[in-house]
Amino acid sequence: MCSLCGILGSNEHWTDAVARPGVFTRNTERVDRRRERAKRVRIASRILTEFGLTLSDWQGSSFLLSTRTGKTEMVEDLGHLWPLAEKISGRVCDPLSHALIERLEGGGDA
Amino acid sequence: MPDTFPDFTPVNLLTGFLGSGKTTLLHRLLQDPALSDTAVLINEFGEVGLDHHLLERIDDTMLLLQSGCICCTIRGELAQAMRDLQSKRERGIVPPFRRLIMESTGLADPFPVLSTLKSDPVLRHHFKAANVITTLDAVNGLAQLETHGESVRQAAIADAIVLTKTDLTDEPAVARLMQRVRRINPDAPFVDAHGDHFDIDRLLSGASGSGEGAPARSGFYCEEPVSVIGEAGSAHQKPVHSFVMTIDARIDWTAFGLWLTMLLNRHGDKVLRVKGILNIEGEDNPVAIHGVQHLVHPPVHMTGWPSDDRRSRIVFIVDGLDADLIRRSFSAFNRLGLPQPAADITETA
Repeated sequence: MCSLCGILGSNEHWTDAVARPGVFTRNTERVDRRRERAKRVRIASRILTEFGLTLSDWQGSSFLLSTRTGKTEMVEDLGHLWPLAEKISGRVCDPLSHALIERLEGGGDA
Repeated sequence: MPDTFPDFTPVNLLTGFLGSGKTTLLHRLLQDPALSDTAVLINEFGEVGLDHHLLERIDDTMLLLQSGCICCTIRGELAQAMRDLQSKRERGIVPPFRRLIMESTGLADPFPVLSTLKSDPVLRHHFKAANVITTLDAVNGLAQLETHGESVRQAAIADAIVLTKTDLTDEPAVARLMQRVRRINPDAPFVDAHGDHFDIDRLLSGASGSGEGAPARSGFYCEEPVSVIGEAGSAHQKPVHSFVMTIDARIDWTAFGLWLTMLLNRHGDKVLRVKGILNIEGEDNPVAIHGVQHLVHPPVHMTGWPSDDRRSRIVFIVDGLDADLIRRSFSAFNRLGLPQPAADITETA
């Protein structure tokens, strides 16, 4: 648990695996971790735009998921991102949706 | 390949449909001296018939066998049985063991067991999922696969398949069964329970979720599915089927993580297995991934490529999902991460 903010730690998610021998992760050096988080925010926000949502970094440890009306929830990792995105957007976030794929295939920013 | 959890006790999950020879195999395991440092969690002592092999009764739920193996029954919750076993090991009430074999019931979906290992706040610090071993009856297995969804899921999720009762049928029947299994599980090795080379130790230490000791020389095994001739319809129309995505472009790790987590969130119960060797943008060596339904093991950074072929390959075993749509979806997501248009996925159904 973080002693400053009181956020409880949870299960390790495979996309944020703790660095140890044999395991592939970008959760290593501070600069690599920050670069990865920034990229994750950028790509996730591109996808989430299709559902009226945006993602931003929060203190380098969590993410903030927001609706266009300002409703905001904290997300710890990608394991929690999509269930929460569905909950606060009230929409099904399906990567196999033809409409989503066609929008993403359209290229560029939304 | 290095062990990603060197201090954790590997757990082998033994599953198989009712009457598939699971208990017979367990009985054999419990007597084998090779398992002298193993604990086995079974459903009922009575089913296995241990009276002749009993060395010491530790309590109502635990027996020490002459082979040195610790045998425990699961009463109530599986997690509680495992915690109890761990507690007794720490207090020295049972001999130390370096491996745990767990029997699942014939109708059980193996996924919740794997999920328990990963999510239980105590167990996840002591145990790790090793491999899933599924027994398949050479006499009735084909019919069970046609009529029972549980049987299909057990075969699909397997890291190794033990063919039982092969002495009661002929070779063409066994070959037909193996061909049927290959449609839903393209790469799990077959082991003949009656064969001369049946090696329990090797079976238990085989291909695993955490990436240890996989059978190929690379430490990773990812074979294309056997094509089935004479089947009506395409792979997309079959309920459970497998396919391989072969990807020429390099994979963006960030986009891949977002895509797979999104896919598993919505369709995890239909992605029975996903297993792949990935050529990640910016990395010299490949990364192996392995997932079972909603559960994905920590990605393994391999020490080298298994061959000169540097293309990424991902095996999917899915229940009713459209392979083309998965391929298109992946490609669209991957483009978001790469600096230039990624492309060219070929698919083997």
